[in-house]
Amino acid sequence: MADDKNKILDDVTGGEYKYGFSTDIEMDYIPKGLSEDVVRLISKKKNEPEFMLEFRLKAFRQWKKMKQPTWPHLTLPEIDFNDIIYYAAPKKKPELKSLDEVDPELKATFDKLGIPLDEQKVLAGVAVDAVMDSVSVKTTFKETLAEKGIIFCSISEAIQEYPDLVKKYLGSVVSYADNFYAALNSAVFSDGSFVYIPKGVRCPMELSTYFRINAINTGQFERTLIVADDDSYVSYLEGCTAPQRDENQLHAAIVEIIVMERAEVKYSTVQNWYPGDKEGKGGIFNFVTKRAHCKGDYSKVSWTQVETGSAITWKYPSCILQGDHSVGEFYSVAVTNNYQQADTGTKMIHLGKNTRSLIVSKGVSAGKSQNSYRGLVKVAKKAENARNFSQCDSLLLGDKCGAHTFPYIDAHNNTAIVEHEATTSKIGEDQIFYCNQRGISTEDAIGLIVNGYVKDVINQLPMEFAVEAQKLLQISLEGSVG
Amino acid sequence: MLEIKNLHASIEDKEILRGINLKVRPGEIHAIMGPNGSGKSTLASVLTGNEKFKVIEGEVLFNGKDLLELSPEDRAREGIFLSFQYPVEIPGVSMVNFMRTALNEHRKYNGLEPLSASEFLKLMREKKKLVEIDSNLTNRSVNEGFSGGEKKKNEIFQMAMLEPKLAILDETDSGLDIDALRIVANGVNKLKRPDNAVVVITHYQRLLDYIVPDFVHVLYQGRIVKSAGKELAFELEEKGYDWIKKEVEE
Repeated sequence: MADDKNKILDDVTGGEYKYGFSTDIEMDYIPKGLSEDVVRLISKKKNEPEFMLEFRLKAFRQWKKMKQPTWPHLTLPEIDFNDIIYYAAPKKKPELKSLDEVDPELKATFDKLGIPLDEQKVLAGVAVDAVMDSVSVKTTFKETLAEKGIIFCSISEAIQEYPDLVKKYLGSVVSYADNFYAALNSAVFSDGSFVYIPKGVRCPMELSTYFRINAINTGQFERTLIVADDDSYVSYLEGCTAPQRDENQLHAAIVEIIVMERAEVKYSTVQNWYPGDKEGKGGIFNFVTKRAHCKGDYSKVSWTQVETGSAITWKYPSCILQGDHSVGEFYSVAVTNNYQQADTGTKMIHLGKNTRSLIVSKGVSAGKSQNSYRGLVKVAKKAENARNFSQCDSLLLGDKCGAHTFPYIDAHNNTAIVEHEATTSKIGEDQIFYCNQRGISTEDAIGLIVNGYVKDVINQLPMEFAVEAQKLLQISLEGSVG
Repeated sequence: MLEIKNLHASIEDKEILRGINLKVRPGEIHAIMGPNGSGKSTLASVLTGNEKFKVIEGEVLFNGKDLLELSPEDRAREGIFLSFQYPVEIPGVSMVNFMRTALNEHRKYNGLEPLSASEFLKLMREKKKLVEIDSNLTNRSVNEGFSGGEKKKNEIFQMAMLEPKLAILDETDSGLDIDALRIVANGVNKLKRPDNAVVVITHYQRLLDYIVPDFVHVLYQGRIVKSAGKELAFELEEKGYDWIKKEVEE
């Protein structure tokens, strides 16, 4: 009996990483390592204006003074930051008008990923900005968006075309000195996406970016900046995959969102970076700083994330609720298996009056993984009538994994109401047997139960993403039984 | 249909079943009765492949197939259904989703296409009516927050959906008031056909007023010690199990 259980647990890796292919595309690398010269070189390669170089250099100098944080509940290996290539781009830099002009190899990669670049998906109303390694390859639907005055382009392009907007907002939510990884990103980021929604405009389609780390030994440092002006609305999707490699790869991204009066931004992520093999070898280190600034009154931001990949995840999408009556929401599913480690959660900083926040976090741990929720709810002195509700649930599969919850509450206004609920549960053998007896295999039963457990979060995702997320959950937990 | 030969099974090295022999043919209803701890529920668990129990010896054939070789889900797909004594709750999993997954797995196993959403919902409506199950039960998560009676009705509803060849009802009458008992029993009777069979495991005779068995077996200390027609149930109701125990010990 115990042996059976171990055997089943050992079969945990039945689900292989299906995005583990790499593509042979001629790449333009700069040598490994990080120095001021490298930062200058990146800026020069990207033909950036002076203010960007200054921004990068300030960040680099700051970074050199900082240390990798040790407070997360993670076992962090030493990272040799000089053993990383900070810039890699496909050699033929495509500036293309139609799909036919895309490098066929590259297109095949995206097809394998199921990226909705093709016509059908375009008809489905998805505009995609695909970032492969460091350079944004193609932005679809740009023209349709342009008619409404919406800007959706790579951040590099934005730096060239809309330097004033970039200068005004870049680093305004996540300062280059914010933390170790943010400083690193600010110094070396190579590409990412930029979105600007003008006043009163509802973006008519979901905007979507796909990230993929392809080249060996490269880090991906993308930078996303979203500005939603008064009374506007946008829903933004981000998906991530990476090829299977033995060595660890680094991903240190920054996402900044600025939300003005009565505007609303929904930001959804499905993160499926390569998690490493069953012995814990390889995999992506995912150190991401995501933050939204609800600047205007009655503004709203909603983060939804499904995290199934990465060897190590360190990520806390946060909301600064400055505008009165502003609302922040955080919906998260974090799945860890084998030797994966996740330390994720959110920060809700209530500054304005009558601000509200909601946190729904669902952790699923299997194998020998460690899964932590870490959340901060802060209510400042002037945040009259601030409200927060947090729900943090953990589901354990097997008895070798760990689930941890670290809620921090810091309230400085006695009209605030902050509530926190947490549960921990296991999938019972009797539940599995009940499903088996109805003709449902153990793996499908776990899929059903896990999907049932996370559905409050999945329901927040746009339809297409929700389906993908459900499949991913099933794949990442294949073979794991508790 | 079902043939059990000299079945021995244990849990945690304790032998519970000690040589069961039983034959069930299509169209038959068998009742298995016996005092507490005689091994009735263990028999149901072993037949359906619950891994907590270990088969030590013996053979079980189901329509000619070696049942003990099959996984629990394949036994279900072959047409064995267990109405659980204590149906578990599965929070978050809707009855619709659960039943649709189960039914389509059965269909796949039998080389049939999965049912479309509308076909499935239509079938579900028909079966709900057949077993008189409250409509809103199927809108909830599997058994979550169901009363004891609702859980048992839900088992019979699932049986109606899956149309098993052999249904094993494990103490389906326990915890039911007389109205619920009648509804559950009516459901079982409506589902009865010449080509399927039912094994009713029960402690009391009262369920057998509604589901009338062709054979009654008394299980005691892991063996079937007496088999007869339905009149045996009345005798047991009247005299209790002590006389059987005595007979066995003599």
